[in-house]
Order: sequence, then structure tokens, then C-alpha cells
Amino acid sequence: MAGNGELVLIVDDYDEGREICAEYLSYHGYQVATAEDGEEALAKARQLRPALILLDLALPKVDGWEVARRLRADEDTSHLVILALTAHALDELGRRALAMGCDGLVTKPVIPRELERRVREALDRARPTADQED
Amino acid sequence: MPRGAQDGNVAGASGGRAALRRASEPELPADSSSDARRLELTERLLSEERARECAEIAMAWLARSFPIERAFCATISENGDTLTGLAGLRLTHAVVERFQLDLSDRNHPLVLTLASREPVPFASGTRGIGPTPLGNAAFVAVPLAGHRDGEQLGTIGLLCLGVPALAPAELVEVEWAARMLATRLSSLWYGRAKAEVEKRRRRLAWLTSILDVVSDPILLADSDRRTLLANRSAEYLLSSDEEMGEGRRRAVALNNMLFSASHFGQEEEAARPEVLLVDPVEGHDLLFELLTHKLEIGPGEEATVSVLRNVTDLQRAVRELEENYFRLRTADARTRAERDRLELTLASTIDPILVTDPQGNIELMNPPAERLLATEQTNRDAERRVQGNDAVLTSLLSKLYAGSSARLREHLSLTDPATGEEVPVEAIATRVVSRHGEDSAVVTVLHDLTETMEKAALYEQVKQYSEKLEDRVREATGELAEQNELLRRQALQLEQASAMKSQFLANASHELRTPLNAIIGHAQLLLEGISGELAPRQLEKVQRLDSNAQHLLAIINDLLDITRIETGKLPVKIERFAMPRLVEEVAAELEPLVPADRVAVRIDVAHDIPEVESDRKKIKQIVSNLLSNALKFTSRGSVSIEARYDRAADRVVVGVTDTGVGVPVELRQTIFEPFGQSETSFRPIQKGTGLGLSICRRLTTLLGGTLTLDSVEGQGSTFRLELPRCYLEGDD
Repeated sequence: MAGNGELVLIVDDYDEGREICAEYLSYHGYQVATAEDGEEALAKARQLRPALILLDLALPKVDGWEVARRLRADEDTSHLVILALTAHALDELGRRALAMGCDGLVTKPVIPRELERRVREALDRARPTADQED
Repeated sequence: MPRGAQDGNVAGASGGRAALRRASEPELPADSSSDARRLELTERLLSEERARECAEIAMAWLARSFPIERAFCATISENGDTLTGLAGLRLTHAVVERFQLDLSDRNHPLVLTLASREPVPFASGTRGIGPTPLGNAAFVAVPLAGHRDGEQLGTIGLLCLGVPALAPAELVEVEWAARMLATRLSSLWYGRAKAEVEKRRRRLAWLTSILDVVSDPILLADSDRRTLLANRSAEYLLSSDEEMGEGRRRAVALNNMLFSASHFGQEEEAARPEVLLVDPVEGHDLLFELLTHKLEIGPGEEATVSVLRNVTDLQRAVRELEENYFRLRTADARTRAERDRLELTLASTIDPILVTDPQGNIELMNPPAERLLATEQTNRDAERRVQGNDAVLTSLLSKLYAGSSARLREHLSLTDPATGEEVPVEAIATRVVSRHGEDSAVVTVLHDLTETMEKAALYEQVKQYSEKLEDRVREATGELAEQNELLRRQALQLEQASAMKSQFLANASHELRTPLNAIIGHAQLLLEGISGELAPRQLEKVQRLDSNAQHLLAIINDLLDITRIETGKLPVKIERFAMPRLVEEVAAELEPLVPADRVAVRIDVAHDIPEVESDRKKIKQIVSNLLSNALKFTSRGSVSIEARYDRAADRVVVGVTDTGVGVPVELRQTIFEPFGQSETSFRPIQKGTGLGLSICRRLTTLLGGTLTLDSVEGQGSTFRLELPRCYLEGDD
């Protein structure tokens, strides 16, 4: 299973994580863009319209939940597929993320192969909906 | 009666007689000699008053005119049942009297003859006649039809003449004689009956008069209790008529009711019951003694004579006598009882009581009073004390007389003559005034107050103690409250400390995981060749790096789990599920870990386990952990997982048994603690985090169950998980 050049926006303030993720996904056929905080993530999302956003929830400036809420509130970006990333595996956080409109939740640490699988699944699931909206 | 029913002889004779009868219809022959003879018979019959002689005369008269050898006369008995021989011609009385014919035999030729009222000749030996005084000789039977005052009466008998037949002229004479005889016999019997009736009537009148003279009511009643006879006295009480007043009629009705009621129960009892009736005119009660006697008044007919003996006066006298006697005895007993009671009361009263005359002399004392005031004392001290007591009482009495009220109540202080102790008393002195208004005595009651005062003192003491106790309780309560407050604060602090520890652990885990995440990520990139190809030795080192990093991650994850359980951040999610399915799932998931060539896995799940209502995910985690542990520590042999349902306790039991190394005794307590197996010999084989069992135990507790271990070192272990089939809130 691999990407077909879909653009994935990786949002994580932790450099190591962001880089490993970017390296793995681009190796497997995705286009990759990155953001280090919530503000940058919102800007790039509006500008690049990625197929999927990997959104870490603990972010400086504007946190991941707020980013998700604003993206969903904006008509231009409300359809974007968002996969939340969190190191806190506590259920309540996950629930909050899903309530904010995230399409899925990935608990860190996650081995890259597993992450790619989740990205692929989320994209496949979202495709019919995207077709209708286009 | 149809003649055809008779035999030939009779029928033939009958036909002949009918012819004769017509010949006899004309008037009797005016023969002078015949007239004379008839006159003779008439006179002779009239001069005879006895029936048998009359019959003999008639038969003798006939025998003179006709060739009659023998004859007899039979008459119907008074009750009409039988035909009985009355008299005979040339026959003995005995032979005649033996003749009896039952008239209920209606087909008997002679009975038929009686009914026909006409003479019938019977040939010798005619069947069905039976023996007659005439033997078997032929005879002519002539019915005797009674007459009186020219009126024809019923047949009263038969005249049987021993001749084979009679010529028509003869027959006329015979019939005439028979009629004469019948008339005479009828007349005789009628007169006798009339006299008899008259005699009876007079006897009855006398009897009635006698009965009426008797003042006791007398009644005769039939078996249906209908009154047949009652004397005047009984009628007075028990019968009424239209002319009587309403009240009297009602009284009579009441009497009848009472009388029949008393009669009713009387049949079984032999005693003479008493009957209370009402005098219907005077209205007062009358008491009677009822005497009854059964008697037979006809064949099979019973009647009862009841005589009511008036015992009203007798009863009244007896009752008065009894009452007087009873009153006398009661009064006597009451007087005696009152006297006894008074004496007893006085003697048993603990309070001293004394009666004094107006001069102050003691007339009467009860024993307690004697103790204080009796002049006979054993020593001088006692005598002195008695005198003192006397003086105190005397002054009380003078005070009473000086005052206007009849009663005086005062507190006095007396002295016990025997011990010299002070006796505080409450004295109540009451003047007893005679009918003439003079003082006759004073009754003084002394109530010992010693006990009362002691009680008061005791009460005071108790009150003081109780107050002290209350103070102490108050103090203690204060201390307790303080301690409670302290404990509460400490508990709060402990809670906070615990929360802080958990938070710290959670944070630490998070911080540890972030770089670990990076290590694993980089290792993955290297292993997958994303960052370029690696030499085989380098690849092996990266694999070792990755596996250690994975192990560390597992430890951190488990630590985080424990922290969550302890901080209550792991909510229980209840769902209904099938336990067998869960066990199969776990077994299937761990299949890859089974070294199939060395270890056999057996699954034994009872199929009667009902659906479980609990946290499926957590139970699966526990079972999975137990099974993987068993596989980890078993190098050879078998691992079996068994599940069943304990119906009595409503619990589900899952047992995991292995044939592994077993758990050493010293470890069985600590194995469920975090890192409880670290200092052990199976460290080398151990691949776990050292937290698995600890998590299992905590999860089990959270779900209200128990997790226990049973092990023989070197032979194997059994971990037993017992869970309530239905998770109940608050079980943790």
C-alpha cells in the first residue's frame, strides 16, 4: 500500500517526529508539507488544501483542538481529512479530538509503517465524500 | 257382581232361583194356617231379647214346616270383617261357633251370596265353599237383610238350611222368616248399641267434669301434637277464640309456644321440665311442672297426656327462702372479710399508724408504730427515746386540736429507740368525729422520709456525676472532632500527594515516550532501508536497538496503565458478551506465540456459561496476559485454559494452567506487585515488562473479582480469575 502523490500536511512541534514522519511518507509516495505550530498549520491548510492533515494536538500558540475546530468552521477547509496525533492515550482526549471534528485518532508512539496504514485508510474512507463535494 | 264368574252349579241354581223369584213376586198366600204360624214366629221372636235364641227359634220354626235336617245362622261381626257362627239347628254350639269366614275373600261363594241379598242353593260338595257346620251336605244360603222401621239396612248375616233345594212356595216362607229374623236381630243390636252410646256419653261427661274440677291443666294430644282433649284449666291457658281481647289472645299464643317448646325437648329427658306460662287474664307468670305420659288410644295410635302441675307458689316460697339465706351468708362473709382486710392492711402497712383518744392515750398501734412508741423497751436509752417521740406526737395532737381543720400534716423528727438514729417522718393526723359531732379519736399516720431523703441525696449525686460525665464527653468529642479534622486534612494531603505522584508518572511517561518515539521511528527508517542500505552487521544492531526500544515502550505503557487505574482514569465500560468467544479470540491471537512442537494448548470452555455483563476489553486484557505469561514460562508440556460458570455464586471462573517452571513460594505474595518477579531466576527467560500481573490484579479488583495463584515449583502454575457475571457499580 502506498500513496498516489496525495498531499499530507504534517503538523508537529517535535522536530524528530515531524521529520521521521515526512521522510517515511515521502518515501512511500506522498507529497509532504509540514507545520510547527497551530498558526502555521491553519495558514498552510488554507493555502495548500492538503488531502490529509496529521495534526498533533499539543501545539504551541494555537493547539490542535482549536486548529481542528477552525478548519471545520471554515467552509473552504471543512472537508479536509484530519487525523489527530496524541501521545496522551487517555480516552477523554481522544473523545475531545473526535468531537472537534477529527476523522481519526492516532496514539503516539506509532511506528511509521502503522502511521502510513492509518493515513491510507483515512484517505480511502474520505474519497467518496470528497467526490460528492467536488 | 258378574254371575258368570261362578262355577256351573251356582250358575244353574241361580237361573232356577230367578224363575222362583218371579213366582214369589205376587202377595203372600192368604192362608189362615200360614198366618197363624207367622204370627206365632213373630210373637216368639219379639219375646226373645237374645240374638242366639232368636236365631234358634227361627230355625226351629222353619224345620217344623220343611224337611230341614240341620241348619245354622251366622252373622257379620261388629267390625264387618268376618261372618261368625251364631246359632245352629241340631248342631252343637262348639261346631257352630267354630265357623268363621273372612269377608275380605270377595270371591267366596258365600260372600257373593251375602252381597246378592237373594237365596242361593249350593249342591253337595260345591268347590270353594270349604267346611261349614253342615259338612259337605247340600244347602240353601239365605241372606239376612236387616230392616228397621221399614227401612232396609245392610245384610247382617246368612241363614244356611240343610236342604238340597226348596220349592217356590217354600222359598217364600223361608224368605219371610229370614226377613223377620233379620229385623229382630237388627232391632236388638241397634237398641243395645244405643244404650251403649248413651252410657259412654254420660261417662265422658262425668270424666270431663272431673277433669274440669282439677285445677292443674290437663291435655291429651295425638302424635302430631294436635290437642284431642283439654280440661277447662288447660283451655283457659291455651285456647282462645274470636271474642277474647287482643292481649289475651296474644298471651294464649305465647303459652302455646312455650308449652310446645317445653314438650319438644322432653322426649329424651326423663326429668320433669318446668314450664313458665302466663296467666292470660291476670298477666302474671305461672310456673308449672310438666308430667307427661304416653298411652295407646287405638290400634297403633299413640297419644300423650300432659299434666301441668302448678308450682308457682311453691317455687316462689323456695326462691325467697334461698335468697334470704344467700343474703344472710353474703352479709356475714362481707363483714368478716372487711374486718380481716382492715387488720391485714394495718399490720402490713410499713408506715406507723396509731389511734389516740381525745385525751392523747394510745388506743391502737400497728407493729411499725410500736417500734417507735411502745413503752416496753429493753434499756433506759430506748425508753428515753420513746418518751421523746411521745412528746413530739403529743405536741402535734395539741396543735391539731387547737386548729380548726380536721387534718394536720407536718414534718417531724423522731428517734429510733433501738438505734438512736434520727427518723424523719411526715405525720398526717386526722380527727375522727362521732355522729354527735364530738371528737372520738385521732388517727395519725407517720410516713418515714428516710428513704425519700436518701433518694434525694442519691439523685443529687447522680446528677453531679452525670454533669461531670457530660463535661468529659464534651471534651472528648472536641478532641475527636479535632483529630477527625486532622485526619481529614491528612487524607486530603495524601490524596493530593497520590494524585501528584500519578500525575508525575503520567507526565514522566509522556516525556519518556516522545524521544523513544523518535528512536523507534529512526530505527524503522533504517530497517526499511529508507535511509539507505545497511550492512548485515549494522542491520542486526539496528534490530537490537529497535527491540530494546519496543520493550522500553511496553514498560512505559504498562506504567501508564497502572497510573490510570490508580487515579481512576480508567472507566469501566459495561457490555454483554459471550465468555467462550472471548477465550477463543485470545487463544487465536496468541497462536503465533505457541511453539507447537513443544507445547500443546488445550481449551476447555463450558457451554452453559450465560452472557457476561462486564468490561470485555479489560477481561480480554487479563486473560490475554495470563495466557501469554503461561506460554512464556512453559518450555515443554501443555498450557490449558478453562472457563466455567459458578451458578451458586453467579461468577465466571477462568483458569489458566501451565506445566512450566512454577512460582517459588517466596514469590507468590509479591508476584502481583509491580516488578514483583524482578529478583528471580527466571529473569533470563522473562520477556515481559514485570507489570503484567500487577495490571491484571488491579483490573480484576476494578471489576469486583479475584485473581489467585496456585503453583508447584518445577511442575507448573494455575492462575484463577473469578469475576462476577454482572459487574455492579461500586464493586471496585
